[in-house]
Amino acid sequence: MRIGVVTFPGSLDDSDAARAVRYAGAEPVPLWHADRDLNGVDAVILPGGFSYGDYLRCGAIARFSPVMQELVPAARSGLPVLGICNGFQILCEAHLLPGALTRNARLRFIHTDVRLTVENAGTAWTGGYAAGQELTVPLKSGEGAYAADEATLDELERAGRVVVRYAASAPNGSARDIAGICSEDGNVVGLMPHPEHAIDSLTGPSADGLGFFTSVVNRFAGAAK
Amino acid sequence: MSDKDTIEAASATPDLAQPYKELGLTDDEYARIRDILGRRPTAAELALYSVMFSEHCSYKSSKVHLRNLAPTPEQSENLLAGIGANAGVVDIGQGYAVTFKIESHNHPSYVEPHQGAATGIGGIVRDILAMGARPVAVMDALRFGPADARDTARVLPGVVSGISFYGNCLGLPNIGGELAFDACYAGNPLVNALCVGILRHDELQEAVAKGAGNKVVLFGSRTGPDGVGGASVLASATFSDDGGKSAKRPSVQVGDPFMEKILIECCLELFKAGLIEGIQDLGAAGVACATTELSAGGDGGMRVTLDDVPLRDPNLDPAGILMSESQERMMAVVRPSNLDAFSRICAKWDVEAIVIGEVTDDETLTMTWRGGTVVQIPPRTAADGPVYDRPLRRPGYLDALRADTTDSLPRADTGQRQRETLLAMLGSPELADKSWVTQQYDHIVRGNTVLAMPEDGGLIRVDESTGLGIALATDGNGRYCRLDPYQGTLLALSEAYRNVAMTGARPAAVTNCLNFGSPEDPEVMWQLAESVRGLADGCKELGIPVTGGNVSLYNQTGANAIHPTPVIGVLGVHDDVRRRVAAGFGTGGAQIVLLGTTRPEFGGSAWAHLLHGHLGGEPPAPDLAAERSLASLVEAAAAVGLLASAHDLSDGGLGVALAESCLRGGRGCAVRLSGDTFTELFSESAARALISVAPGREAEFAALAESHGVPARTLGSTGGDACVVDGLFEIPLDELRSAWTTPLPALFG
Repeated sequence: MRIGVVTFPGSLDDSDAARAVRYAGAEPVPLWHADRDLNGVDAVILPGGFSYGDYLRCGAIARFSPVMQELVPAARSGLPVLGICNGFQILCEAHLLPGALTRNARLRFIHTDVRLTVENAGTAWTGGYAAGQELTVPLKSGEGAYAADEATLDELERAGRVVVRYAASAPNGSARDIAGICSEDGNVVGLMPHPEHAIDSLTGPSADGLGFFTSVVNRFAGAAK
Repeated sequence: MSDKDTIEAASATPDLAQPYKELGLTDDEYARIRDILGRRPTAAELALYSVMFSEHCSYKSSKVHLRNLAPTPEQSENLLAGIGANAGVVDIGQGYAVTFKIESHNHPSYVEPHQGAATGIGGIVRDILAMGARPVAVMDALRFGPADARDTARVLPGVVSGISFYGNCLGLPNIGGELAFDACYAGNPLVNALCVGILRHDELQEAVAKGAGNKVVLFGSRTGPDGVGGASVLASATFSDDGGKSAKRPSVQVGDPFMEKILIECCLELFKAGLIEGIQDLGAAGVACATTELSAGGDGGMRVTLDDVPLRDPNLDPAGILMSESQERMMAVVRPSNLDAFSRICAKWDVEAIVIGEVTDDETLTMTWRGGTVVQIPPRTAADGPVYDRPLRRPGYLDALRADTTDSLPRADTGQRQRETLLAMLGSPELADKSWVTQQYDHIVRGNTVLAMPEDGGLIRVDESTGLGIALATDGNGRYCRLDPYQGTLLALSEAYRNVAMTGARPAAVTNCLNFGSPEDPEVMWQLAESVRGLADGCKELGIPVTGGNVSLYNQTGANAIHPTPVIGVLGVHDDVRRRVAAGFGTGGAQIVLLGTTRPEFGGSAWAHLLHGHLGGEPPAPDLAAERSLASLVEAAAAVGLLASAHDLSDGGLGVALAESCLRGGRGCAVRLSGDTFTELFSESAARALISVAPGREAEFAALAESHGVPARTLGSTGGDACVVDGLFEIPLDELRSAWTTPLPALFG
């Protein structure tokens, strides 16, 4: 399986996402923001960082980059896409996911390990987990508070589109402790915490995050049979 | 006057009064410039010499002492480049080399904490990049006035947010550093930033302009009016007592970490493509420094057309262009045949790159502007600068200070009082949990961070397949150095060396940031000379080289100088990071062993400072031979998996180390002390560590300690949910944690 990792100017965790793809047994394929080309990949990761400096609203410029003009229609037609941190912000700006990410409740950047509860184990990126399973992964962001209007939040809850939730209260003030959500068909997932930084206990708090990447690989292998 | 003040105009008006004093030059220095040129300098030349002759750029007061740091052949065994380059380069094996350096941004961080600290990170990162290395981590050593002082509430959050903003956005993990408070830093906070980078041996770049006809390219951000005179009028002068910091605000640069991130990626791609003959970062003294140093290091001269420098502000005159310290700029020397390929890579990264000149064969640095020649100098005369052997005087305060020992201070003599003492120390901002700061830093980006604060040393994986890694720590202790700058510097070196060793790494090289008061005060110069002598002697005895560093003088407000504060960074090589050792009691039922010898040494200690506000007597005695044995024991024990934890003893002694190992591991301990329990708990004798042994390997470890000649005493074992000192006191972990974690959030929100 070939999984694309997009590099925008200012992307920072792109090599980490690529490493996680490798650990999961797939081939990482670098994708460049300025190319209107997905290179035939089977899934795409939008990594963490500060795309274009994020001096405007986070992700607001990246959304208009050439690669996104290809990615948005592909995602709407079922291509698995995972947005981590800045990637999640970009997915919201691109309206592939509802809501927005706003400044942390205490207005400071927060780096801490968080416990997440998997609420939807049926998405392209969480199929390998069990519903209710707890994961420990790092969170590191300044604008990670998920916000949406009440109707949207209710709809997300009703449709099971809250993928992961902070197990304790959200350190950044996210609405309803939401850490990650998905599209209606579950192929597009965005979350603020960094599963690619929890793929082994040497460099991360656990290996709990690897499941995001093995999930999509296993689904692809299953579909190919 | 600066409008087209050409060399012809300068010759025609030899007696024109020039504002050299406002630019920080002395009468003698101005006379020297006139002497070099055989005429008065143009306004642009005056600007150029003023920044190049500044203390910050020329090291004119410290150079005579720094020569003592030149490594011996034995120390240089693994050096690919040493002092003099932007940063030293150390061979760490498997074809990899490492370059690292620590630098100050003290003065700007006081004037404008957020931008001052942010650009401190930016500047040191470009130094490392200019060597051809990929920057892989940063550290920050911070010192402020009293934690509860009003101005600390302005400076500290600003500095931390600046480092957080710049470092996080740059994508470099911040893996450690220091946070200290002392009244002596109230008007002169210390913000020292370290960066480390990795390269393959054949990727080393040089800061030279060679080959007549080669093009000089300025790339990155445009040049604006920010940071003009940052190196001279800001960093090379004391602050006045009258709160004149607002007048100096325009001398602080403004940082754009996004620009720096793409500049890093762009440079690394240019290096890989082999398109660069020489490269220099633009930091202090901007274009003035880059052009003079590149041509001084080369084989000819350079001709620059200042009209071609891309500007953010079209009103900048030649002097302003030369002195601007606008951030995120680099200067490269490129063969004409490579220029197209060079421009293509810059365009890919949206980095503006403009040819502003070329290398000449005439050994002259010439700059033109609007058709006139505004600079024409021999570049080495600016790059080499003056050298002062300033007068030294042993400080008058020393004898009385050393005679005022800690013997008269009341000591906690019961278990209950010792319990209270330990909790008071852990609950002080100095020794408390630093998460309020470190939670604002990304310490895992790039995915190779194996250990980061609050561990003793940061540890970065270099090679995923072999596990090769590097460890880093910085340490300084102004109180020890105030009592004795020679011994104090040896102690700072010892502590950083020991901290690196605790991870299981082998210490390999040293960088230093020497923070002192005004060199014009003979007593401060004596402190500096003693400190450098200590560093030189210590490194020789430890067999490791000083690979570079930075001197920050004039950390003084009025007559009040800071404590002499050399901050020492030590780099270690870790053969396999999978065998790293952490400080917390991570395993239950493990035997706890104290390594080293404890003596009643309290001069300059955290106990005397925190409990009694006292500073006097002698600092602990350094013992470098014991440090070497201890480090090699821990390295050997870690390599064969004998250690469940290792934590160095420093501020606060064994009591604080026990508490920290309990809190970090989330596991209690039960220990028994012997002899004078107060000394056991709070002495700060050097060359000691607290380790726990992998269960079942106790005899093996004891034999290894004996063969290394390291005294090892079993204190007890890990386990339970309290820190229990037999017969003295018991503190539940919850109580310990609450005392430790409360202070900083209570102060800073």
